[in-house]
Amino acid sequence: MSTAAETYNYQVVRQFAIVTVIWGIVGMLVGVIIATQLIFPDLTHGIAWLSYGRLRPLHTNAVIFAFGGSALFATSYYVVQRTCQARLFAGPLAAFTFWGWQAVIVLAAVTLPLGITTSHEYAELEWPIDVLITLVWVAYAVVFFGTIAKRKTPHIYVANWFFGAFILTVALLHVVNSAQIPVTWWKSYYVYAGVQDAMVQWWYGHNAVGFFLTAGFLGMMYYFVPKQAGRPIYSYRLSVVHFWALIFTYMWAGPHHLHYTALPDWAQSIGMIFSLILLAPSWGGMINGIMTLSGAWHKLRTDPLLKFMIVSLSFYGMSTFEGPMMSIKTVNALSHYTDWTIGHVHSGALGWVGMISIGCIYYLIPRMFGRTEMHSVGLVTLHFWVATIGIVLYIAAMWIAGVTQGLMWRAVNPDGTLTYTFVESTRASMPFYWIRLGGGLLYLSGMLIMAYNVWKTIAGRKATDAPIPAYAPAHA
Amino acid sequence: MDILYLLVPLSVVLVLLIAGVLWYAVRSGQFDDLEGPGFKVLLDDDTPQAGEAGSAEQHAEPARRQVEG
Repeated sequence: MSTAAETYNYQVVRQFAIVTVIWGIVGMLVGVIIATQLIFPDLTHGIAWLSYGRLRPLHTNAVIFAFGGSALFATSYYVVQRTCQARLFAGPLAAFTFWGWQAVIVLAAVTLPLGITTSHEYAELEWPIDVLITLVWVAYAVVFFGTIAKRKTPHIYVANWFFGAFILTVALLHVVNSAQIPVTWWKSYYVYAGVQDAMVQWWYGHNAVGFFLTAGFLGMMYYFVPKQAGRPIYSYRLSVVHFWALIFTYMWAGPHHLHYTALPDWAQSIGMIFSLILLAPSWGGMINGIMTLSGAWHKLRTDPLLKFMIVSLSFYGMSTFEGPMMSIKTVNALSHYTDWTIGHVHSGALGWVGMISIGCIYYLIPRMFGRTEMHSVGLVTLHFWVATIGIVLYIAAMWIAGVTQGLMWRAVNPDGTLTYTFVESTRASMPFYWIRLGGGLLYLSGMLIMAYNVWKTIAGRKATDAPIPAYAPAHA
Repeated sequence: MDILYLLVPLSVVLVLLIAGVLWYAVRSGQFDDLEGPGFKVLLDDDTPQAGEAGSAEQHAEPARRQVEG
């Protein structure tokens, strides 16, 4: 305890930080493959394992839970230790979360192409894997909250509140959404059916967006943006308000995925209203993050990590404006089932989640190996520009394709018949599918640049664990 | 829509729980100082080589630091 030799547990942070890059490449590569399949449906010669229907859930699971999840584990373990000035609680359990989570990912990569799926979107993994996820998640909660409990600083930094809410809510979502009755080892049936099932699916699905893909990454933002900028968060008070406002209002946005379905109209309207309310805390947080650079904007010119983080916040702002707008029923009537939704998701996924994660991993990797910065800052800058251009191509193409599809599907002739057949809207989308593929390829190549840079940064270096500084109570 | 009899009460319970945590956090003084914590994360220097004089890390890796510097 009092010996100078006590260090932070960087081992698990290091492991998760490195696999973030690897799973990022895998998940985005599968994304590029399925984007190509949308242009060439026969690309994989009808091999069932490589069909779009099986690879698409592999892509979403890989990027959300393998890439995003690993980034969340890495950053939350780092942030909770540094801000609590305490070594991770239950080290072996933390190691279990790493190996357990990797096992989940590998099992997903095997079962999904084999067609073993529950068919619940973003929760396709069959029940034995769900059980493993539950075990890992409970261990994660024990490690995280155990570390909070043994903290040496009285205050719990705001980033930890976001990480904590993310961990607890995802546990609840996972349990409710995974209520299945196993039939065999690799087949189960949900206890819900029909519209009930759809409601649970999107209650889970949207809250997963809210807590897995938003709250957790906001935790990253509230620690790493101030650290990299060397300035305190613009308004700490606002960050606390942001946290409580977000978690009080998030739970009921899900029904906006079920507009004009069998879901009762009032439930749809509640989903829309809560989605609109969410604009306020979201933009509060976005402004809070970006304004942290107030008075130090010049740092954006030279620091590619800040470029990643600030552009990520811009995409957070964009997609949290676009989302509430698309949840309005009249807008949704045009946008739903079109590629606009795909564009919206990727503005959040590639822009917000991807770029904040990449920025944070670039922050962590050198520190995990006793270095002050990445091997090549120039390559980080190159990665930034390649990724940014990729995202812009991707989302602009999907906007145009989506609105085109929406307008063509609803066009009617004076006699009431449809003006266009479905295949005509597909043909009209083709040029934009090519542009989307180009954008995705750029984003993937950015990850390859990152992998090279990470390799050069850590090759031949010794893993370094930083000592825990003696706690000096503030005298303010 | 029987499922709403599960999901709506669940949300209400959650909101009450969140309110309870908020109440507890406020009462225990978590939010008494809404300026200082923002600065405190910056005081924790987590950059190797940047002024962590006398720390255990420094004598762990003295040679390599100089190479990098």
